[in-house]
Amino acid sequence: MAATRNASPAAAEVDEAAAEPVIRRGFLPRIAIGDLKLAPTIAAVCLLVIVVAALLAPLIAPYDPIAMNPMERLAPSSATHLFGTDAYGRDVFSRTLYGAQVSLIVGLGAAFVAVLVGLPLGLFAGFFRWLDAILMRIMDGLMAIPAVLLAIAIVSLAGSSLWTVLIAITIPEIPRVVRLVRSVVLSAREEPYVEAAIAVGSSLPKIMWRHLMPNTFAPLIVQGTYVCASAILTEAILSFLGAGIGTETPSWGNIMSEGRLYFQIKPGLIFWPGLFLSLCILSINILGDTARDVMDPRLGKKREA
Amino acid sequence: MLAYIARRILASVPVLVVVALFVFLLLRLTPGDPAAIIAGDMATPEQLDRIRTSLGLNEPLVTQFVTWSGQLLSGDFGRSLISRTPVLTLIGQRLEPTLSLALMTMLFTLVLSIPMGVIAAWRHGSLTDNAVMAISVLGFSIPVFVTGYILIQLFAIDLRLFPVQGFRSIGDGLGPFLARIVLPALTLATIYIALIARMTRAAMLNVLDEDYIRTARAKGLSERIVLFRHALRNAAVPILTVIGTGFALMISGVVVTESVFNIPGLGRLTVDAILARDYPVIQALILLTSGIYVVINLLIDISYAFMDPRIRY
Repeated sequence: MAATRNASPAAAEVDEAAAEPVIRRGFLPRIAIGDLKLAPTIAAVCLLVIVVAALLAPLIAPYDPIAMNPMERLAPSSATHLFGTDAYGRDVFSRTLYGAQVSLIVGLGAAFVAVLVGLPLGLFAGFFRWLDAILMRIMDGLMAIPAVLLAIAIVSLAGSSLWTVLIAITIPEIPRVVRLVRSVVLSAREEPYVEAAIAVGSSLPKIMWRHLMPNTFAPLIVQGTYVCASAILTEAILSFLGAGIGTETPSWGNIMSEGRLYFQIKPGLIFWPGLFLSLCILSINILGDTARDVMDPRLGKKREA
Repeated sequence: MLAYIARRILASVPVLVVVALFVFLLLRLTPGDPAAIIAGDMATPEQLDRIRTSLGLNEPLVTQFVTWSGQLLSGDFGRSLISRTPVLTLIGQRLEPTLSLALMTMLFTLVLSIPMGVIAAWRHGSLTDNAVMAISVLGFSIPVFVTGYILIQLFAIDLRLFPVQGFRSIGDGLGPFLARIVLPALTLATIYIALIARMTRAAMLNVLDEDYIRTARAKGLSERIVLFRHALRNAAVPILTVIGTGFALMISGVVVTESVFNIPGLGRLTVDAILARDYPVIQALILLTSGIYVVINLLIDISYAFMDPRIRY
């Protein structure tokens, strides 16, 4: 009951936002440069294209992404090879399509695992003072380590499988989730409905599950998009530096990493995957900002200030 | 004031301990024999034994940690597995390029981002404001290495304004130094500019509604003085915070930027260490950068007390 009361304003705003494009449709010719509704639409379309490319890569890729063809090394863009070929004669377009798979798996995986681990830790930290002190010191320590260096250390110790890379990228993201959940819990537990639940003797798991956790959903969705974007970026950086997923797997970072040597001859090896990578991260960030503004305008102010 | 500073210093000790503990456990808790991980696939049993003894792997974990942190405190960060040189010497050799890059980046960032944020907030909702926000989202989303290659293509290859890659010490003359440092510093500055411009704008927006801003305007002060002396000073705390936390971001960026621009600094040392699986070097770099991060944020915390007399906790 209390939880629904708290969730309803957010829900109303979501409805409002969903209704808005319908009202706006009549004004479509009037597209201002700073029109905020335009950006999320384009971002959503871009992201959709990338997701479809990743899912359908085996069907739509014209070539095997790892098939080498020494006769056609570093071929320029043409009708047969849309983005040209790399130093081994592999088709860059096909590799870029497959590269989307790695990025999306890492992005979604990191967001999912970071929330899965961070949510309970944050809930407990917000509720138990003794645990809070210890946990927050650990999180402060983790946040002091530059994410890329931490990930590099983990990968260089544990090897470069997709799973290791995913774990290596997720660990630095966890503290931010924990801190967010904790701050939500700290302010929610002062609410009358939580005090009332404690007063009527609700069990602790019930209070956490029914009354505190629902408050974290909206901010977590927003934070999740940022974690996703950040993880995709870190994965690309790791691959680019040679500390990512093994080079036999086509990922955007790997394509660029191999393209470094040939940059002055064939910049497309850097720019094609770089374009997709940038569009992907940009789209996720824009959608995250939009979700933040829609779900809780107050949260937006807090995050920025 | 002194009590506040002492408290802040004390509060940063546990953070450093956690960092050290984490780095320590990382090697010990990774599945497999740490000695084998460190030595690589080609190691002989004798090499493995030597590494085991040098790391004290046969001792209990607590003893290992105490010896290990004792060594760190006395400035012994171990030796590179490849060159057998003390890691700190290696780091010392690579410090100058990285420091030059970091300082130039900071300079670009502060000169560009703060005015951008102030003007965006001042003209809230205008085209300029939207442009600053758009640049900020873009700067935050385009990966550093993509930005780097775009700048190389535009300014070094197409326009031939700068050399493509490389580094010259400032001792070799200001001209060659600047020619090679401008593009990498701009590259690295993009994320930072995005972050700080956005924060400056948000902090300024909060402050510009205050009564004392209206008072300042009412008594006829020029907009410049109102904005920079009255508003920006009161908006300084969140901006400083983000400069501090953004430092971790810059470290990650340094590694990438240096490898794009072929700068022989700490980033290159990191990449070489990755390729050679030289774990002691990576470990020392983590400890060092985290330590710098903690110190920078400590200094910023302390500076709050000077910037804003209301702060005393």
